[in-house]
Amino acid sequence: MARLTAENVELATEIIGHFPRPKSALIPLLHLAQEQDGHLTDDAMVHIADLVDVTPAEVLGTASFYEMFKMEPVGRYMVNICTNISCQLRGGEELLEHAENTLGIRPGQTTADGLFTIEDVECIAACTEAPCLQVNYRYFHKITNNEFDELISELRSGARSDIPAHGTLAQVRQHIPADRQAGSVVPENTEVPVWLSVSEDGNA
Amino acid sequence: MTIDVPRIITSRFDRDDSFTLSGYEATGGYQALRKALASSPQAVADEVKTASLLGRGGAGFPAGVKWGLAPENVWPRYLVVNGDESEPGTYKDRMLMELDPHQLIEGVLLACYGIGCGQAFLYVRGEMPLAQERIAQALNDAYAAGYVGKNILGTNFSVDVILSWGAGAYIVGEETALIESLEGNRGMPRLKPPFFPAAKGLYMQPTIVNNVETLSNLPWIINNGGEAFAALGAETSRGTRMFAVSGHVKNPGVFEVEYGVSTFRDLIFKPEYAGGILGDRELKAFIPGGASAPWFFEEHLNLPLEKVTVDRAGSMLGSGAIVVMDETTDAVKSCLRIVRFFARESCGKCTPCREGTTWLEQILQRIYDGYGRPTDLDLLMDVSDNISPGISWPPKQTTICPLGPSAVSPIASAMKRFRPEFEARIAFAEQNRSSVPVDFPKAASHA
Amino acid sequence: MPESEAPPIDGVSVEINGHEVIARKGELLIDAAERAGTYIPRFCYHERMKPVGMCRMCLVEVDTGRGPALQPSCMIECTPGMKVDTESEITKKAQDGVLEFLLVNHPLDCPVCDKGGECPLQDQTMAFGPGESRFVEEKRHKEKPIPISDLVLLDRERCILCDRCTRFAKEVAGDPLIHFINRGNDTEINTFPDEPFSSYFSGNTVQICPVGALTASSYRFKARPWDLDTTESTCQMCSVGCRISIDSSRDEVQRFAGVDIDPVNWGWLCDKGRFSSEAVNADGRLSEPLLREGDSLIPARWSDAIRRVSDALAKASSPQAIGIIGGARLTNEDNYAWAKLAKGVLGTDNVDAQLGDGLPAEVVLGLPAATIDEVCAPGGTVLLLAPDVKEELPVLFLRLRHAAVSDRVTLIEISPRTTGITSLAKASVQPRPGEVGELVRALVARSNTDRDIAGIAAEEINAIRALLSAANGPLKVVLGRASVAESADAVVDAAAAVIEARPDTRFLPVLRRANVRGALDMGMAPGVLPGRVALEDAREWYESRWAKVPASRGLDTEGILRAAADGRIDVLVLLGADPLSDFPDQDLAARALTGARTVVSIDTILNASSRRADVVLAAAGFAEKAGTTTNVEGRVNTVSQRVTPPGTARADWMLATEIASRLGVEFGFSSPQDILDEIGSITPAYLGLSIEALAASPDGIVLPLDLPVDELVDEIIEEIIKDVAAEIETETGEPVDEFIDVLAMTDDDGFVAGSTPRLVSFVADAPLPVPPLDSYAFRLIATRKLYDQGTIVQSATSLAPLAPGTSLLVNPWDLDRLGVAESGRVTVRSSRSSLTLSVTSDPGVPRGAAALVVSQADVRVGELIDVGDPVTEIRIETA
Ligand SMILES: Cc1cc2nc3c(=O)[nH]c(=O)nc-3n(C[C@H](O)[C@H](O)[C@H](O)COP(=O)(O)O)c2cc1C
Ligand code: SF4
Ligand code: FES
Repeated sequence: MARLTAENVELATEIIGHFPRPKSALIPLLHLAQEQDGHLTDDAMVHIADLVDVTPAEVLGTASFYEMFKMEPVGRYMVNICTNISCQLRGGEELLEHAENTLGIRPGQTTADGLFTIEDVECIAACTEAPCLQVNYRYFHKITNNEFDELISELRSGARSDIPAHGTLAQVRQHIPADRQAGSVVPENTEVPVWLSVSEDGNA
Repeated sequence: MTIDVPRIITSRFDRDDSFTLSGYEATGGYQALRKALASSPQAVADEVKTASLLGRGGAGFPAGVKWGLAPENVWPRYLVVNGDESEPGTYKDRMLMELDPHQLIEGVLLACYGIGCGQAFLYVRGEMPLAQERIAQALNDAYAAGYVGKNILGTNFSVDVILSWGAGAYIVGEETALIESLEGNRGMPRLKPPFFPAAKGLYMQPTIVNNVETLSNLPWIINNGGEAFAALGAETSRGTRMFAVSGHVKNPGVFEVEYGVSTFRDLIFKPEYAGGILGDRELKAFIPGGASAPWFFEEHLNLPLEKVTVDRAGSMLGSGAIVVMDETTDAVKSCLRIVRFFARESCGKCTPCREGTTWLEQILQRIYDGYGRPTDLDLLMDVSDNISPGISWPPKQTTICPLGPSAVSPIASAMKRFRPEFEARIAFAEQNRSSVPVDFPKAASHA
Repeated sequence: MPESEAPPIDGVSVEINGHEVIARKGELLIDAAERAGTYIPRFCYHERMKPVGMCRMCLVEVDTGRGPALQPSCMIECTPGMKVDTESEITKKAQDGVLEFLLVNHPLDCPVCDKGGECPLQDQTMAFGPGESRFVEEKRHKEKPIPISDLVLLDRERCILCDRCTRFAKEVAGDPLIHFINRGNDTEINTFPDEPFSSYFSGNTVQICPVGALTASSYRFKARPWDLDTTESTCQMCSVGCRISIDSSRDEVQRFAGVDIDPVNWGWLCDKGRFSSEAVNADGRLSEPLLREGDSLIPARWSDAIRRVSDALAKASSPQAIGIIGGARLTNEDNYAWAKLAKGVLGTDNVDAQLGDGLPAEVVLGLPAATIDEVCAPGGTVLLLAPDVKEELPVLFLRLRHAAVSDRVTLIEISPRTTGITSLAKASVQPRPGEVGELVRALVARSNTDRDIAGIAAEEINAIRALLSAANGPLKVVLGRASVAESADAVVDAAAAVIEARPDTRFLPVLRRANVRGALDMGMAPGVLPGRVALEDAREWYESRWAKVPASRGLDTEGILRAAADGRIDVLVLLGADPLSDFPDQDLAARALTGARTVVSIDTILNASSRRADVVLAAAGFAEKAGTTTNVEGRVNTVSQRVTPPGTARADWMLATEIASRLGVEFGFSSPQDILDEIGSITPAYLGLSIEALAASPDGIVLPLDLPVDELVDEIIEEIIKDVAAEIETETGEPVDEFIDVLAMTDDDGFVAGSTPRLVSFVADAPLPVPPLDSYAFRLIATRKLYDQGTIVQSATSLAPLAPGTSLLVNPWDLDRLGVAESGRVTVRSSRSSLTLSVTSDPGVPRGAAALVVSQADVRVGELIDVGDPVTEIRIETA
């Protein structure tokens, strides 16, 4: 399995270029690798280590700290059900139990067809919309058991084209046109920003 | 969602095109930037100071004062936007990012102009792809329109605003952990002192870390003046603030209200806000400012939504997250759930937090599962005391950051008010069991 | 943090437990308290690494005016007026709490833990622990020790996540191959899958791990700390001279550990040094003398063996028919005794401690010297004209690394091929073999060059020239013999160029073998006499002190071997030397061993050369004898005896003394100390050195100090006189001014008794011209790796398998040109011989050159080299 594709290396290079230090691009690059393969492969991590000039151990050290990164394959759809306090008070745990029963798996497990993994997650910032869940980080608010079942069958049947495969985050990427780029400011650059030094009454 | 007046940061939320450049421009967008560029950076900083804008990320530190803490003549400086919203109960920054990204970007530009930041980083929580998309699109549009990047609006003000994002770790909301994460590292907080980010932050350079909501206030402040902002709200908390009211209420929602004018009672019970307790049941407790905050009870309902008063009463407004628990709530269960959150989210750097929060969770789980022992309650308090000596408010800590002590808040709160519930579980366990089993069954949720 | 100078004691007054303590400016509270006698418990803090404040064990109550608050004393600097309470109830409760937290998941396997008995966690628990566990939950379980490298095992259950090993790997060694993995309660230390912690410094993590999480495969379950006897000594695996402790039990060496001395190793060791402990007890150690009978070496009695040697020496046709090679394995005392035997009894100057792979003694001893601290002084500029320090002098590499990374030192490297330090250098160039002198001349020239030199482009040369001229303060040069396939002339020529252009430059000459510097200092080289003096300058001085002085300058190793090969050597003595393996030109070495009439080998273990000797004398090795040693800087420190030598093996000085006695000269030495007394009283650069002085300077003594020798001598003598005077004064109660004058007897020049010879000065001969490169020929580069086929590495079971072997390294551009496939097989042909081996593409090798590593299995690089040639030209053909 897989190092980054040529296309992704190009993207990676662009992302690295956004930061004063290459290692700062590490998390975005790991997401890129996960988008490519659905999880983080060793080869991808070694490749990324190379791209940002650190050791694979350092890459793994960072990657394994963050729970969105999966070192093993997961289902095409990660179903993350929140059970934290606001959701707990509004039936989050019951929803999780329903999901477990419906899919026949426990949190952290993947259905035999490789479609679904469920996770019992911490607060996902939709507390007023409890109980809530995310499928591949797309939000579903105030979910009832019936709605859950419906969602699952839609996903199964491929009717939810709005939800990309696991690993895909933002589908819009930041591109900075060369002529508009102000440029990364490296810590070694010790110059006073120009607009501070000349502007008594503004720069307009 | 019902919204109070005046609306400063949520004013565009009802528009379908709130997140587009055209929608933003049609509603006065980027006028503050033009206005700022026509005046000096110092003037921008001064307006923010005059506004007495408190940080909305949790600690409530005045933004203007924070800006002034960057050491003079040390360059470059960076601006880091904290969009990692993950404090349980909190739901506002995601809205601001999804529904009004340009407002945030304009705020970022104003801050960079005023502080002299050479580059800004917008760190969005990993689990929020829509927010990431909307911000990426907004940035692409703003770059194209000349609002961001090189020679902004034809002036010599140039700054890149870089979108970055996390990957799932609550602790990264803590500002020094966020900086570590932005450097590509494990999100483990740095000890401060010696280094506050304003002095030594990203790449050990002066760095201002501000919350999304904090910065979203800036366009209004520059357009209307710091005085106008300061005229709103209470003596020690100016302007408006977004509160998310969740849990056992009829109309959970996010409301922008003027600081100090309304009370918790207003927010929880008034029909234009959360509309009262579900099923008109009795209130048992509420969390006034996110999971880290000690719980409040009936007697606190009339406190105004104002920082200093709430601090004095023994808790905090924190991240503006009000979680309401009605009389049917199981105090042990809720307490366990919150403690489990902190145990799962401990970064693992400090011994007391790494080992202590998990231990607390294990004890609570045992009590909840019916295997508690009478000595466990004192043990809970003593372990808590070893994480947060004295269990006082504001908390003291044996740890680097306040995450460890945050796990103590729910325990201290629940044990103070609902100790009999804990005792009852233990007593029940004692009666129904002859000896402690060697292997405690794991909770269902604990795969 | 270690600095070359101690921080000024301009004090910050703080109050610790009610007592005023004067802290240094910027000093951490934990250190200030310790200096004042209050030890604050700790796990993560280590004084040689940046504090991280994460174990929280060192929390104490600190009041900086805003009321007392718990603070980690390892993170806060002392500020004026700070009040600290390390014993308050709150402090104690916090510390007890942390201890309890550390123990909740810590396994109770102390009885089978290597660290048991010297474990801070265990000690703390015994001293303050609650005695009873309140933790009834199940402990965290992880697979018991997993190997994280060839030498180190990790038991993650025992790990307390103090970040010491990981910080060491990243911060100190620059090998971040172990890391925290996962988060929170699941955090552990680990490597990336299939990427082991292969660092030359991995053993340090075992030493600094505060618990038994990291263990050395060589030491596991071998001994219990309370059975160990410990002595401090100086590592003899290379010439850096790291301070170590030797632990033994039951008269057997168990392990070495680093001891922290400020000017040298800061407590660190390389793995070769650390695990060479295994070689002390190696199978095959010689325990008795051997005499040749026909094809075999037969055990003999010492008296017979010694008689055989002294008879052969006595019967030698002339002093010039005797040659003595070696000395780096010996102590200074051994070397002095042998130099005195050779030069003062036998009258031969055919003595050389180097094996044709170093630099002339006049260069090593004569260049203005810099210590390691001086080389690494913050903000300076260092020119590396040296071998790969990471491979040959690993702890010097650590010091240079720290200098470059943390102390703004600019490193400029000129090496035959890229090295382990290249990535840290501001500039690094690889000139063609043999042409470094010309290149350096251009680098220090007054003006820019407009032509390429030695394969380096003019712009690059000028850019480095600019860096060198921008250096503030005198330039420092680390000087050594990077490749043994080219003659030493080129690098000597480079040194001469630097000295000429920038006379204030200081040099750290880096010869590799353990006490090679001490051997040279003790006169074990042609043309010099003990105390860093030239034969001719010191003739008079030694004539009045020794029985004899050689009539004229003798031969170096190359010369001795040539003479032997030509049948002009009657007795060839190998003092711990193995020319067959180590002399660059193996053909010559082999012919010499055949040509010498009698070959005597004095060694600890049989090697290729001693197997061909007529007499083999069993020598005591490291840890088996006491004495002094001198490191690269000229720093003298002690080596100690911890165990008894095997069988009847003897210290080398004893053998010299006994042989001299057989030849009718009594040295009167009955202990190393007798010899040190003589060294300290007659050898010029070492005048004043004494066992007392060494005992008083645990960091060792750099000879001579930063002063001209006469002032140094004055100073030392004055110190001694003052001490004596003070002693007399206290005993008699009389003032002793007059006595001092009488004792001093200094003349106008400040010399004692007027006639101390001057120290050797640097001379450089013009180098031989290098033949022009033709487009078919390649010039050979021959370098070393840390682990090789040398006796000690091969006798240490853990290290032996680590020798990497070698293939021919060629620049990809040349490979292309040759049409040879990467990892294909080629035949390498020199004027001498040819070898067939595989080839590897390496952009770090300059075009027109090809590199091999010497002393690796199956590739006898030395067969290609003719030491008479300035460079070794080879041709490469597809095999
Ligand atoms: C454990 C912890 C978690 C935090 N999480 C967040 C967060 O998710 N978002 C946020 O803006 N601030 C968070 N903070 C507060 C930040 O450290 C910081 O104070 C804030 O971003 C500063 O911005 P402000 O001054 O504009 O409020 C957290 C603090 C702690 C100790
Ligand atoms: S292995 Fe040892 S040194 Fe490394 S973190 Fe664990 S306890 Fe510390
Ligand atoms: S020694 Fe200070 S926190 Fe570990």
